Amino acid sequence: MSSEEQVIRASDVSESKKVIVLNPVGYPPKVTPKPMAPRLDTLDGKTVYLVDPRFDDSDLFLKQVRAWFAEQMPSVKTKLVQMSSVYTKDDPKTWEEIKANGDAAIIGVGH
Amino acid sequence: MHGMTIDSKYGVPTVAVHTHVFEKVVQSVTRVSGMPQARYVFVPQPVMGKSARELRAYVDGNDPVTGRPVMQEIIEGLTRPLNGDQLKGVTFERSTPRLVEPDTEENLHRLFLENNWTDKLPIILPTEERVAEMLSHTSHKPDEVVGHMRSTAFREYWEYTVEKVAVNAVMAGARPDYFPVILALAASEASARGSTTSSMAAMVVVNGPIRHEVGMNWGTGAMAPYNHANATIGRAYGLLSQNLQGGSVPGLTYMGSQGNNYMYNSVTFAENEERSPWEPFHVQHGFKPTDSTVSVFTGCRSTAFTLGVREKHWREHVRNMLRGMDAHSAPTFLLDPIAARLFIDRGGFDTKEKLIQWAYDNALMPASEYWDYQLIQNYIYPRATFGEEPWVSKLKAAADELIRMFSLEDIHVVVVGGETNGYWRIIGCNYRKTVSVDEWR
Repeated sequence: MSSEEQVIRASDVSESKKVIVLNPVGYPPKVTPKPMAPRLDTLDGKTVYLVDPRFDDSDLFLKQVRAWFAEQMPSVKTKLVQMSSVYTKDDPKTWEEIKANGDAAIIGVGH
Repeated sequence: MHGMTIDSKYGVPTVAVHTHVFEKVVQSVTRVSGMPQARYVFVPQPVMGKSARELRAYVDGNDPVTGRPVMQEIIEGLTRPLNGDQLKGVTFERSTPRLVEPDTEENLHRLFLENNWTDKLPIILPTEERVAEMLSHTSHKPDEVVGHMRSTAFREYWEYTVEKVAVNAVMAGARPDYFPVILALAASEASARGSTTSSMAAMVVVNGPIRHEVGMNWGTGAMAPYNHANATIGRAYGLLSQNLQGGSVPGLTYMGSQGNNYMYNSVTFAENEERSPWEPFHVQHGFKPTDSTVSVFTGCRSTAFTLGVREKHWREHVRNMLRGMDAHSAPTFLLDPIAARLFIDRGGFDTKEKLIQWAYDNALMPASEYWDYQLIQNYIYPRATFGEEPWVSKLKAAADELIRMFSLEDIHVVVVGGETNGYWRIIGCNYRKTVSVDEWR
């Protein structure tokens, strides 16, 4: 429910019948743009990390993604990794490994 | 969320895969996170419980949102160049006006309903006069920041002031003298409108002199709709949570699959300190008996109940109840004073801590069963493999070895009820914190 999605309107009624009320909605943070990583020219010869957030059998899905790459794009090297702990926690150790040894990442399946 | 982190912070092109029911959530979260062009792909819901063959069909099939092949979208997400407008949509400044545009009462009621600012029950319109009266019952200034709240760990925090809390308190129909209790709930920063798919609710236990001052109920029907303070304080907690955290709208900012009726007033009641044989809950948590407090629990879902504490098989009966709880939600005993005294008679539990210790020692389950629970797999097993205690030790247990289901510090006891009989219940929930009401007077 962001403010731009809410309906703020005035009706065509006499001023005497209008009521002044306060808005019950809190204050959202200012949206800060974040840069995105440059995309790859091709996946050929690249290492793609498949990141399992360890949620609701996501590892089983990623194994099928890995199988697809092996069959359809064998030039792509895939590496299936699990997040270090529960998916609600950040995992800089794993992200550093991906940055150091990988070219791209696929993460899922999350909410 | 993690996909955006890998992509933006670590500079690795990333595609996130989600199930299709989260389409609006993903679009919203990426936008307010400053990455509206983040690359993501959807597969059908659910993934959980599907066979390898079925999951391969997801991979070979189409994104149910776009209708395009899943793997084609993944590959394009990693290779399609950024077109320079990846930041489009993130430069707007969102702000919340103090007032709603004046209108008739009828139209304003419709507006609040359509904007999802209510719990779909009629509200009291927060006029300036009503809000001012609410504000007169605290020494804190209207523009003072009370806290920050969000519906899930993956969303942004929103901020709120004393006046914003007052607006929601008026809407709930709360009397102005309840306001310090409601401010304390807001200061807990624990949302009563969590967006988890598990449909959790919150629970509120009020302790201390404030119970008498505002006329709360801790006796007969305390958890039922028979007391104005219990009803409207709990309702205010729900309304302020949804409005001050940025919404609670199904499919967007609320994803509870089944929902939960406990959410209507967040199971709000006072502890029956006068008839309890034990220390009040807030005293267990470091406050003086003369302090007034609110204690907030979240994750409330599962409930078990029984009558009495039988002489012959009470141990087995209580163990059965504990085994029936979800292993991820620790038990809080809600005991009528009759049941509380029976526990003393049967087990010699002359303190709450002794009953808690007994429950901790007797809530047992074979290790293989425990680790196979989906919620344990999702939330505990990863922490065990990461080396966190006590779970890493539990992980070493043999498959048929009985292991403890809960942590000692997560089990609680509260006394409530009017002694019309010795019924009692266990509610599965997570204690979050106890907040002083006195500091918000």
